[in-house]
Amino acid sequence: MAKVKGDIVVDINKCKGCELCAVACPQESLELSRKLNSKGYHYIVKIEDNCTGCTNCAMVCPDGIIKVYRKTEKKREQIATITNVTGDITVTVNS
Amino acid sequence: MNEKTMTAEEDLRFEQMLAEESVCTKENIVFDRTDTLIDTNMHYCPGCGHGVAHRLIAEVIDELDIQKDTIGVAPVGCSVLAYNYLNIDMNGAAHGRAAAVATGIKRVLPEKYVFTYQGDGDLAAIGTGETIHACNRGENFLIVFINNGIYGMTGGQMAPTTLPGMKSTTSPEGRDIVTMGSPLKITELIAQLPGTYYVTRTAVNSPVNVRKAKAAIKKSFEYQKLNKGTCLVEIVTNCPSNWKMNPVESNKWLEDNMLPFYPLGDIKKPSN
Repeated sequence: MAKVKGDIVVDINKCKGCELCAVACPQESLELSRKLNSKGYHYIVKIEDNCTGCTNCAMVCPDGIIKVYRKTEKKREQIATITNVTGDITVTVNS
Repeated sequence: MNEKTMTAEEDLRFEQMLAEESVCTKENIVFDRTDTLIDTNMHYCPGCGHGVAHRLIAEVIDELDIQKDTIGVAPVGCSVLAYNYLNIDMNGAAHGRAAAVATGIKRVLPEKYVFTYQGDGDLAAIGTGETIHACNRGENFLIVFINNGIYGMTGGQMAPTTLPGMKSTTSPEGRDIVTMGSPLKITELIAQLPGTYYVTRTAVNSPVNVRKAKAAIKKSFEYQKLNKGTCLVEIVTNCPSNWKMNPVESNKWLEDNMLPFYPLGDIKKPSN
């Protein structure tokens, strides 16, 4: 099965800490930070490494400051065997 | 026979290498701020739905590639500074008169895409006449109507769309429909007029509704090319500051109280 890995980048200086993204996140991986940003708001940070890049947080973000990345990793599996590399090459594809 | 297979160790190392590779590269971007939305701090309160509505309009303009041909009309209200956030030609109208100003713009420049962006106090109270007559004449522009049931900019006074029993600074005991009248469902009212082509109600409280709202705005811009009549997209939003709630509570309250009264969905659809 293809494994989906996502990540987000939040522009923390524009974040107002409304937490709407944290509610919208199906993986529950967002939380408010303890620190404050330059405007005096607690900003959003990703606390878990289980993001799938579903873009739900970016959809509801009123300030449009979340950038979402997604990568689909295909699991490696043996699809063919190459034998007798020095001589004539025979490729047997596993069906 | 000279078979070479990867050992389990090599296999594991390869997997780890893949896992450590950063996802944050240019080709993996699936969502980013669109160009028409100017990269600046918005003055809206935390959790306000205006920001989402601005972003959706900007995204639709970029997707249809009509940035050069779009003219917006900003209202009076919280979104009076919309031209600071949207990188398109914009015009400010007197309170409630955005539909009248948009009529003028569209008649002089019929090939441009024109939209107004108005709140409930602007569109449904002070500008009722302008809005209804513009829709009745079937002017070819889009009205984006932001309904949060309150006058946001001036500090939370009762608006025509305030729900029965809802508290505001001018109805501290809750809206009493005997003395203050029932809420005005202006979207349903406008849908009856022959001049309108597409009238719908959406919300921006959840990712699903945001996607639907975007689809509605996109459809309206596409219909404008057909010259069939006025399109109106109502967006039911929250106003955390004046509802005296935090943003998460206000979205919950919106779902529990606003949406049953203002049901989502298309009110008038093109018949074809």
